[in-house]
Amino acid sequence: MRAFTKITSLVVPLDRANVDTDAIIPKQFLKSIRRAGFGPYLFDEWRYLDHGEPDMDCTNRPLNTDFVLNKPEYLGAGILLARENFGCGSSREHAPWALEDFGFRAIIAPSFADIFYNNCFKNGLLPIVLPAELVDGLFKALSIGYKLTIDLEAQKIMTPEGSVMCFDVDETRKFRLLNGLDDIALSLQHADKITAYEAERAKRAPWLFSE
Amino acid sequence: MSGKTLYDKLWEDHVVYTEDDGSSLIYIDRHLVHEVTSPQAFEGLRLAGRKPWRQSRNLAVADHNVPTTNRDKGIADPVSRLQVETLDKNCSEFGITEFGMSDARQGIVHVVGPEQGATLPGMTVVCGDSHTSTHGASGALAFGIGTSEVEHALATQCLTQKKAKNLLIKVNGKVGVGVTAKDIVLAIIGKIGTAGGNGYTIEFAGEAIQALSMEGRMTVCNMAIEAGARAGLVAVDEVTIDYYRNRPYAPKGGDWFMAERLWQQLHSDADAVFDKVVEMDAAGIKPQVTWGTSPELVVAVDEAVPDPALEPDAVKQQSMKRALEYMGLTAGQAIVDIKLDKVFIGSCTNSRIEDLRAAAKVAEGKKIAANITQALVVPGSGLVKRQAEAEGLDKIFIDAGFEWREPGCSMCLAMNADRLEEGERCASTSNRNFEGRQGYGGRTHLVSPAMAAAAAIAGHFVDVSSIEESVA
Repeated sequence: MRAFTKITSLVVPLDRANVDTDAIIPKQFLKSIRRAGFGPYLFDEWRYLDHGEPDMDCTNRPLNTDFVLNKPEYLGAGILLARENFGCGSSREHAPWALEDFGFRAIIAPSFADIFYNNCFKNGLLPIVLPAELVDGLFKALSIGYKLTIDLEAQKIMTPEGSVMCFDVDETRKFRLLNGLDDIALSLQHADKITAYEAERAKRAPWLFSE
Repeated sequence: MSGKTLYDKLWEDHVVYTEDDGSSLIYIDRHLVHEVTSPQAFEGLRLAGRKPWRQSRNLAVADHNVPTTNRDKGIADPVSRLQVETLDKNCSEFGITEFGMSDARQGIVHVVGPEQGATLPGMTVVCGDSHTSTHGASGALAFGIGTSEVEHALATQCLTQKKAKNLLIKVNGKVGVGVTAKDIVLAIIGKIGTAGGNGYTIEFAGEAIQALSMEGRMTVCNMAIEAGARAGLVAVDEVTIDYYRNRPYAPKGGDWFMAERLWQQLHSDADAVFDKVVEMDAAGIKPQVTWGTSPELVVAVDEAVPDPALEPDAVKQQSMKRALEYMGLTAGQAIVDIKLDKVFIGSCTNSRIEDLRAAAKVAEGKKIAANITQALVVPGSGLVKRQAEAEGLDKIFIDAGFEWREPGCSMCLAMNADRLEEGERCASTSNRNFEGRQGYGGRTHLVSPAMAAAAAIAGHFVDVSSIEESVA
């Protein structure tokens, strides 16, 4: 996993509440057995005027020019500014894969759906929860070329006007993201504890271990 | 010290190790696997040279991509076929039990798990699917995970989690005629919103929940995720224990009696403290119909499509306007005046035997309306299908003009060939009415099985409680 330390990047506003993972990456693209290559199909039904299919070449597809990701001023944006309950619905990790593959490194919203929030951390993508009024302030402050700096170590967001906003993140998640660590390797360091748990549990619920 | 909630008990029973910041490694008793969210996880294991920690705690079944017709001809779409074949290969390579496409036990993973007793009270259950919350109906801690966590569960039989908060939703009193588990859960979502359960595990309780069958409790817990909660729970009682007795994977002999004693403790203590409590009156719940593109955009069948102009919150007002536009509806339109094109009875929310019985009761001796171009009944599993056929339900549906299909996720999310065409309107017993969910440009109204069957017969929504009252 790619580590996240500090970034300075353009911000693109997606002014909708309850953006679901079906919208982030529609179901037909979930048929892939690979982990990469979802970026071109991110927000497929909103981004294009035609109906997308897996492995379609997107270079000549008709674009919905009203959709914010298609506006030239946001080209190359690495930070997505969103509204309440971003990433609700399906658990598909294809959603953070698509966002990351498209080029996003961080998402700022007043709230996230739990599964999506958790999935982001497994993919080098930082979801930041800020109070609704601060998010609203950012939506209003956005102008062409508006960039934010996000420092994960310091847990701070710096605006171009010079103001600083602090955010919360669990220590465990922060440490793993800062260092791009493999969760499984870390958990397997506790293999002896897992084995001991199983031995103790098998006494209380033997049917779980008899198959 | 105050007592424990059911969630507190389940959590504490599974903690292997806790970090200083409260993140815990929790043990997973059952991992369910399907074809869509697992290929990259198995590939990850292969690349790292890892093996499943405990093969027997995994159970796999293909459900999202499987065809619901001509099963013997295999899968026509080569991309879907490759995904299902990849699951077959991965299960055989890693030694994981899989119910293949021709196995009578094949079906939707969340129908198969409880049906087989592969998911049981007191377990932790995970699956790369958000509707894993379904299994909480048995007093299990069950929640959906992403593919990285699927790989983690395979490799370690554990997951790193932080404990959620406790939310109690108490539905007091009895529901009226024609009001089902689906109506209860839609009414709950309408009240607390799709983000209302974010950060919580919901325990559903109260007389109306206790009165539900296991199937009904599964419907309620299934949609906990639509209220934002990863996990929903119902306390264990006699209904739970009776349901699991003699299931193929349930404990046998002396183990059964030991399990029964253990499971009887799976309820919140009388003095348990919840972080939040929501109470509802069951008698006030009418059959529900969603009108928008989020499950929280729901009203009773005798109401009208709401007017966004009356919504004070600007962001919500914008969502409502957008939903009306997508759904092709106007504010003030009566729900019963909404005409439909298709009807879908199925999905992990409502494809169990009780659901099919409720729909068949409404459809018996009637014909679907002329404007309904397709009405599908998709049983949740091969065993549900067999049971329904033994009861003659298939004949009732076929005589009424419904198509009787093979089990799978089908038109709930349209990853197979079953889908809505652009602009088509569907009464669906599934769980999500998101834009494009049932097919590009398709319009979904979420309802109960009885409401869906009644809509198929009338060609538009009707209040099933008035029909059922006249029959009774």
